[in-house]
Amino acid sequence: MSTIGLMVNGRTYSVDVDPETPLLYILRNDLKLNGPKFGCGVGQCGACTVIADGEAVRSCVTPVGSFKGSRIITLEGLGTPEKPHPIQQAWIEEQAVQCGFCMNGHIMNAKVLLDRNPNPSEAEIRQGLESVLCRCGTYYRVIRAVKRAGELMRAAGAAK
Amino acid sequence: MTIITDSTSASEGRIEDRLYEEAAHKGISRRAFLKGTGVLIVGLGMGGFTRMLDPTTAAADFSSIVDPSKLGSWLAIGQDNSVTLFFGKVDVGQGLFTAFRQLVADELDIPMERVKVVVGDTAVTVDQVGASGSTGLALGSPPVRVACAEARLVLLELASARLGVPVEQLTVHEGFISVRGAPSKRVSYGELIGGQRFTATLQWNGELGRPLSVTGRAQPKKADQLKVVGQSIPRDDIPSIVFGAEHHVTDVRLPGMVHARSIKPPVAGARPVRVDASSVGNVPGVVKVVTRGDYVGVVCEREEHAIRAAEQLKITWSEPSAPSFPTDWIGLFDYIRQAPSRSDTVVQNVGNVDEAFARAARVVQATYEVPLQAHASMGPACAVADWRNGEMTVWSGTQKPYGQREGLATFLGLPREKVRVIWKPGPGSFGRNDAGDVAFEAALLAREVGRPVRLQWMRHEAIAWDPKSPAALMSLRGAFDSAGNVIAFDWDNRSFSHQDVAPAENPPGETLVGQFLGFKREVRNVIGTPSEPYTFPNRRHTTHAIPPLKEMGSPLRTAHLRLPTGSVVTFASESFIDELAAAGGADPIQFRLRYLDGSRQATLLKAAAEAAGWDTRPSPKPGARADGAGVVTGRGIAVRGGAATVAEVEVHLETGRVRVTRFVCAHACGLIVNPDGLKNVIEGNLLHSMSRTLYEEVRFDRSKVTSLDWESYPMATIADVPDRIDKILINEPDSPPRGAGEETSAQTQPAIANAIFDATGVRMRRLPFTAGRVKAALTAHR
Repeated sequence: MSTIGLMVNGRTYSVDVDPETPLLYILRNDLKLNGPKFGCGVGQCGACTVIADGEAVRSCVTPVGSFKGSRIITLEGLGTPEKPHPIQQAWIEEQAVQCGFCMNGHIMNAKVLLDRNPNPSEAEIRQGLESVLCRCGTYYRVIRAVKRAGELMRAAGAAK
Repeated sequence: MTIITDSTSASEGRIEDRLYEEAAHKGISRRAFLKGTGVLIVGLGMGGFTRMLDPTTAAADFSSIVDPSKLGSWLAIGQDNSVTLFFGKVDVGQGLFTAFRQLVADELDIPMERVKVVVGDTAVTVDQVGASGSTGLALGSPPVRVACAEARLVLLELASARLGVPVEQLTVHEGFISVRGAPSKRVSYGELIGGQRFTATLQWNGELGRPLSVTGRAQPKKADQLKVVGQSIPRDDIPSIVFGAEHHVTDVRLPGMVHARSIKPPVAGARPVRVDASSVGNVPGVVKVVTRGDYVGVVCEREEHAIRAAEQLKITWSEPSAPSFPTDWIGLFDYIRQAPSRSDTVVQNVGNVDEAFARAARVVQATYEVPLQAHASMGPACAVADWRNGEMTVWSGTQKPYGQREGLATFLGLPREKVRVIWKPGPGSFGRNDAGDVAFEAALLAREVGRPVRLQWMRHEAIAWDPKSPAALMSLRGAFDSAGNVIAFDWDNRSFSHQDVAPAENPPGETLVGQFLGFKREVRNVIGTPSEPYTFPNRRHTTHAIPPLKEMGSPLRTAHLRLPTGSVVTFASESFIDELAAAGGADPIQFRLRYLDGSRQATLLKAAAEAAGWDTRPSPKPGARADGAGVVTGRGIAVRGGAATVAEVEVHLETGRVRVTRFVCAHACGLIVNPDGLKNVIEGNLLHSMSRTLYEEVRFDRSKVTSLDWESYPMATIADVPDRIDKILINEPDSPPRGAGEETSAQTQPAIANAIFDATGVRMRRLPFTAGRVKAALTAHR
């Protein structure tokens, strides 16, 4: 066990755990966050995705000890019902959810994609999200939601 | 009949009122909850509610089982003029609750924003089964609409007394009842009854579950009076998902909660002979290693330690004297072909099939193979169980909370009144998935340790030990006369039972841990068969139920997976109809229209064909080829029940890779409550069944399942999504909703098979159509 400082969604936390513990369990059980989900535990499905220093990271297989000094963003850190992130707004507008269990992974990976490429083609969206899995078949709407999110983000950027 | 072509997109959604859910988490009773929200006791605001959240003052109240004959069991009016609907269905990703809120808004003439729902809590909602065969609206809404109509009448009568005018002179608008012509004379629902319970009764048929029915003095509205129904209202649960609010069963957290993992045998049928608890002595925070019967679980203070302890625990397992299964996955269909039948059923026998085949000018026959597939939900099953004061409360993602309560009561040796199952959304279940098992294990562990236990399975368990859809081997024959008419159709289906474990987890022998503890299960040789829509003069449909690959404690137990029976048998029947059409040199749609008995399927076929721009001609298409390089394209169609689907595919001849480029699905499911919600459901059905068509097959050797994760059990990704999915919604306002949750998952597999045939002239008869399998078929065809 050792004390590890974490910066999550702009707040700092100190947790006393084995540094080898996957970050996911700290986020869910110590920080009581619901966004990142346990989907596979082996880094295959993306449901546990968080963004650390701008990179999409699979928190179910990444030790908490490797996040020292990192700025971690979870789904909760994107926006709120009162002030939604354009991606969350796009997801609601496109109704891009069925059971919703995988949507954390899609939204967080979409954010990394759009931050790098604000106007992705459909092929780039498919490529960018290919490793994020959905069992209910929401993919068709996810593509639409990412396109709409890109439009909203570009519009917001232009307005500034 | 109206064809809806709009695609109204969603606007801003709402965060649902979660007060009740929070209360339920704390074990608050319905009575206490109603008190807290001001329904029962006048003047109790949030302060009162907060006090009610104290678990020490609010022991669960299980004394009253919800009575469907009481109007107050279905509806409560708040002083704030809100309506809370209590009902017994659950949602598995289809947006059912929004549809119900639309119905309530229309029946009660109240803004939809003021309608809340409470669902699937066995202590507070009427037993309407939960999720069952896409009946959420079809069976779930009639009693709710009756209750709403009755409540509206009761409210009108109360207003009549209050305002001193006859009911006939009153009108209702947005939750206010006013005198016609004198709108200032008005009273709200909340002023009339807010804070009190309805005392009126309904006529109840005495049945719970699917057959539950009630009638009242008032009649629900006719379709043309419904205004909110028919609108694409955004789903009310989506904001909580995209903002990371507590939503799924995995998010339930109780004070003092500990974490658990179960340990499955390394070989099916192996029993734990010795469990060495000292082997996890170096794992921090071990609460208990639990062994009961053949079940082993570990409970730890922290989740990561429970995972580690489950991996590290030293267990000596018995070695089964014989292989666990009589075949491996490669030999599955040879096994099914020769396995003894436990039950032979002639489902349909019209005319004289044998005589017709004896005089046939030409006979066509083919055999189709459908493998075992897994529900493999996006997250492994999870449940939270709390054992307190001799009562068990379980937060569960099951589709069948009421059946689960019954099963748990027997499992735990408790009266049913002492068991409460509170449904929470799980990852999409698609049928009887692992959520039916995990709740029992969590309950066992919670009673063992006397603390709230959160148990989640691991990914390898969730694919390997989840109940599987039944594999089937279906042989079909068709007979033509000399004029080219089909004179006989003979169907022979050899399959595992569709209910090797029951749809509901009752009795406990229907669960894995129940079997590990020695509970018995009933043997059910169930092979459901959808009715054939084709009117061939002689037709026969025979089923043979073969024994499961392992009777008890089996990872290959079979159960419903999205559209019980429908997708399995429709693959064979609609592929074979296509083969008959090709044999007769006919266009696939024209051929079907010649033999369809009803106008409904004809309407669906025509609607799908028109939207797809169907090119009327026989398959395979001119120039179709199976050899060489490049990409060939084709189209196929299939119809069943209330839907017809066209698939357009590309086949890469060098690799055998199949890509669906477009689906066109025409669907008629009765009255459409929420068009965009229905479109979402259709897209999901198409893509999920496309994944099953192209990728999914459970692999196993003679002792264990070897499909353990998303690499060994691949599924479709976003890269596989068709470029376009057209949804043609056929509204039938004069028919009640018939159920759309699964119907459009049946046509995909044969539509894709028929499209591959159209493109290549090669008939794929074994699912899934992996690139390797298609490549082999192309090579063999040359």
